[in-house]
Amino acid sequence: MLSAIAVMALGALVLGAALGYASIRFKVEGDPLVDKIDACLPQTQCGQCGFAGCHPYAEAIAKGEADINQCPPGGEEGIRRLADLLGREFKPLSADHGVEKPKAVALIDEQTCIGCTLCIQACPVDAIVGAAKQMHTVVESLCTGCELCLPPCPVECISMEPIAEDIATWKWKYPVTAIRPAAATPLHPSPAQAA
Amino acid sequence: MGIFSFKGGVKPASHKAESTALPIGEAPLAARYVVPLHQSIGGTPRPCVAVGDAVLRGQRIGEADGWISAAVHAPTSGTVVAIEDAPMPHPSGLPALAVVIEADGCDAWIERQPADPAALGPDGVRAYLQQSGVVGLGGAVFPSHAKLSAGKAGALDELVINGAECEPYITCDDLLMRERAEGIVAGTALFRDLLKPKRVLIGIEDNKPEAIAAMQAAVAKAGEDFAVVAVPTRYPTGGAKELIRVLTGKEVPAAQRSTDQGVQCFNVATAYTAWRAVAFGEPVTSRLVTVTGNVGSARNWDVRIGTPIAEVMALAAPNPDTDGVVMGGPMMGVMLPDTAAPVVKATNCLIAHSPALFPPKPAEMPCIRCGECARACPHQLQPFELYWWSRAKNFGKAQEYALFDCIECGCCNFVCPSHIPLVSYFRFAKSEIWAREKEKAAAEAAKTRFEFKQLRDEREKAEKAERLAKAAARQAEKTAPAATASERPAPAAPGADVTTSATVAAPSPAADGNGDAEAAKKAAIAAALERARAQRASAVPRNTDGLSPARQAEIAAIDARRESATPATAPTPVASAAPAPVPADATTDEEAAKKAAIAAAMARARAQRAAAKPRNTDNLTPAQQAAVAAIDQRRESTGLASPAGATGTAAAPLSTDPHAAPASSPPAADADRTSTP
Ligand code: SF4
Ligand code: SF4
Ligand code: SF4
Ligand code: SF4
Repeated sequence: MLSAIAVMALGALVLGAALGYASIRFKVEGDPLVDKIDACLPQTQCGQCGFAGCHPYAEAIAKGEADINQCPPGGEEGIRRLADLLGREFKPLSADHGVEKPKAVALIDEQTCIGCTLCIQACPVDAIVGAAKQMHTVVESLCTGCELCLPPCPVECISMEPIAEDIATWKWKYPVTAIRPAAATPLHPSPAQAA
Repeated sequence: MGIFSFKGGVKPASHKAESTALPIGEAPLAARYVVPLHQSIGGTPRPCVAVGDAVLRGQRIGEADGWISAAVHAPTSGTVVAIEDAPMPHPSGLPALAVVIEADGCDAWIERQPADPAALGPDGVRAYLQQSGVVGLGGAVFPSHAKLSAGKAGALDELVINGAECEPYITCDDLLMRERAEGIVAGTALFRDLLKPKRVLIGIEDNKPEAIAAMQAAVAKAGEDFAVVAVPTRYPTGGAKELIRVLTGKEVPAAQRSTDQGVQCFNVATAYTAWRAVAFGEPVTSRLVTVTGNVGSARNWDVRIGTPIAEVMALAAPNPDTDGVVMGGPMMGVMLPDTAAPVVKATNCLIAHSPALFPPKPAEMPCIRCGECARACPHQLQPFELYWWSRAKNFGKAQEYALFDCIECGCCNFVCPSHIPLVSYFRFAKSEIWAREKEKAAAEAAKTRFEFKQLRDEREKAEKAERLAKAAARQAEKTAPAATASERPAPAAPGADVTTSATVAAPSPAADGNGDAEAAKKAAIAAALERARAQRASAVPRNTDGLSPARQAEIAAIDARRESATPATAPTPVASAAPAPVPADATTDEEAAKKAAIAAAMARARAQRAAAKPRNTDNLTPAQQAAVAAIDQRRESTGLASPAGATGTAAAPLSTDPHAAPASSPPAADADRTSTP
């Protein structure tokens, strides 16, 4: 009887120790769901979703505190990705949070800039270079187009320039089938026409 | 020589006879050449000439940018008249940077110095070829020097020279082999010396008997042991992986290079230009272009790089019903949106397009899953699956079905009974995937930078708080005895700045808490009030006098906000602030005195701000001033003061300044900035 209790107690101890060890050793840093959601977001860090950046928004989605259609930079495509990930219905972008715009980068009019450094403080990704009372400039390749530097500028010398397409960024377009006169139309419409 | 075969492929009508009747013609000099800088895979060469420079034929005008990149040269002698964006022979019709050269008609070469491969050594030859602009002329324009090192597998087994030229209409390699076979063999020997393969195979489709004969003769004459192999005519034998398969029986797996299998492959024209560069010191300034299709006289022309395509087309006298130009062959080529674009190193063929020659495809029909496309695909893909997923924009699935193994050969298009433009879907899907990968990389980078900035802000905030706490502690220590001693001279002339008044104010609360110091404090207050009264008698207060009641109320409100918002830097000033030069209506009420003192400080801060401001906004036009004022106003009402405004929802936590808390009023924020070190 005693030995049985001892064996059980020993077993409990060993298993408890193993579980305790495992919980420390294999601890998952962060929330994997939040990270997955975060990976679907464009990382523009603009705050249009109503949160202080993409990660907080991802957290809010994970907690069910925010809807999936609040990120204008991600656009329809981003919402689809979130809907796929979370197994929810797609819904159009909520108009309260803004509209989807073509990608743009900030451009400082260097003649007008007074070197107040306010835009540097506003830029979430440190894409603005400058020093007090010196001209500032935006490093184009780092700018996410979040527009956060626009409101603080006292002389309104920052504007958003849409990114022009060049040969390197040009994309083949989705094939379109030419619509033909009725006589040539097949009996059954092709999928492209039906679509 | 065992000939192997690859699965799939098609046999379209070859249309090669039209352009092989005449020998290679030398295209006449153009008046103006537009030489694009980006003519090969890899980095865009940097221009190394300036507008106005005189250049000679073969002079370098674009410096290779990185290892995977090749130099660009002037096609004739003349003057650089512009370095600007010009139309490109690209389906997008978008412009790219090009050097525009006005020809002087002399067509004078640079001093041509043959190179000695033995003296240069293998690395020297590779660098030399890069400097000479030698790239793959089969159409892929991959810089050749980068392919001239043995792969991971060590020494090569086979070197394959590609003279298959499988695509219909194109005959430039055929003519090159017929007329310049010796140069090709010499170039092949050069590559052989660099790569040291066990054997060299030259593959030519058996529909070019003249070319095969010429090459065999040239190989025999040079005394080389290259094998000239006639391969069965079937599209796309000329694809590198297909030709390797046919000649060696080796299959290059997906996502592997042919060198991993011990094979390397070059086009015949590439070998020829490499030999010209080494043996004559002539960089690549021209290439053979087949001009054919709906034209009066189809022929191969030796065309300078940079010649406008319209001028080259004119040589062949296109028929009047020509409605466009296709660059490349009918299977893989693209319609050019603009024939002002120049001939580039990738231009192997120009086909005049006409509806009669290339009847428009019947309307696309649904896929019937007949499997014809899968049988035709030389890479053994399942085009109908790729099509399905690309059409549905399910790019992940498309990649699972090995979308990137597709070489866009067009065999599936050719056989599809439903006339589905399959390759268009694959091109669309590929470019979408590339764009997404780029976006993803950019998002990753942005995230890292954002997280770093947040970390830094946190750290700065913590450091600042620590500094302030230390400073406050020091102040308290230093001034507490002084306050209890109660004998302090009246501070602060009216012009004293906010910093001093704030720090002077600081010790008071500490003193206030001291039960012992009660009496002393009272005495001090009395003394201070006395002094203030006396002062008032002599000096009329300036700052807050004559304010409208509304204004006073506003100041009081601001004070209240400021007190509640910034306790750390501006501890509630009490009695000892009384010595400020503005006596508050001579009342003995402590509250009133305090308020007045704060109001005075505020006014001073404002005055200071007004005085300090004109630095930047000096010399502005009235219109600009008005604009600045408007901006200031807006900023006060939304931007800086209350980051919780419309766009500021995110700005609040992002804000670096702990004092820019939502409640602080604009003047307070301003005073803060001037006072914090
Ligand atoms: S709106 Fe989109 S891009 Fe902007 S912070 Fe929110 S999740 Fe990020
Ligand atoms: S906020 Fe405007 S004025 Fe100030 S540094 Fe930036 S660009 Fe210049
Ligand atoms: S050949 Fe055309 S119809 Fe047949 S399976 Fe392929 S895509 Fe479908
Ligand atoms: S275009 Fe691509 S999918 Fe179609 S046959 Fe060629 S390799 Fe196969």
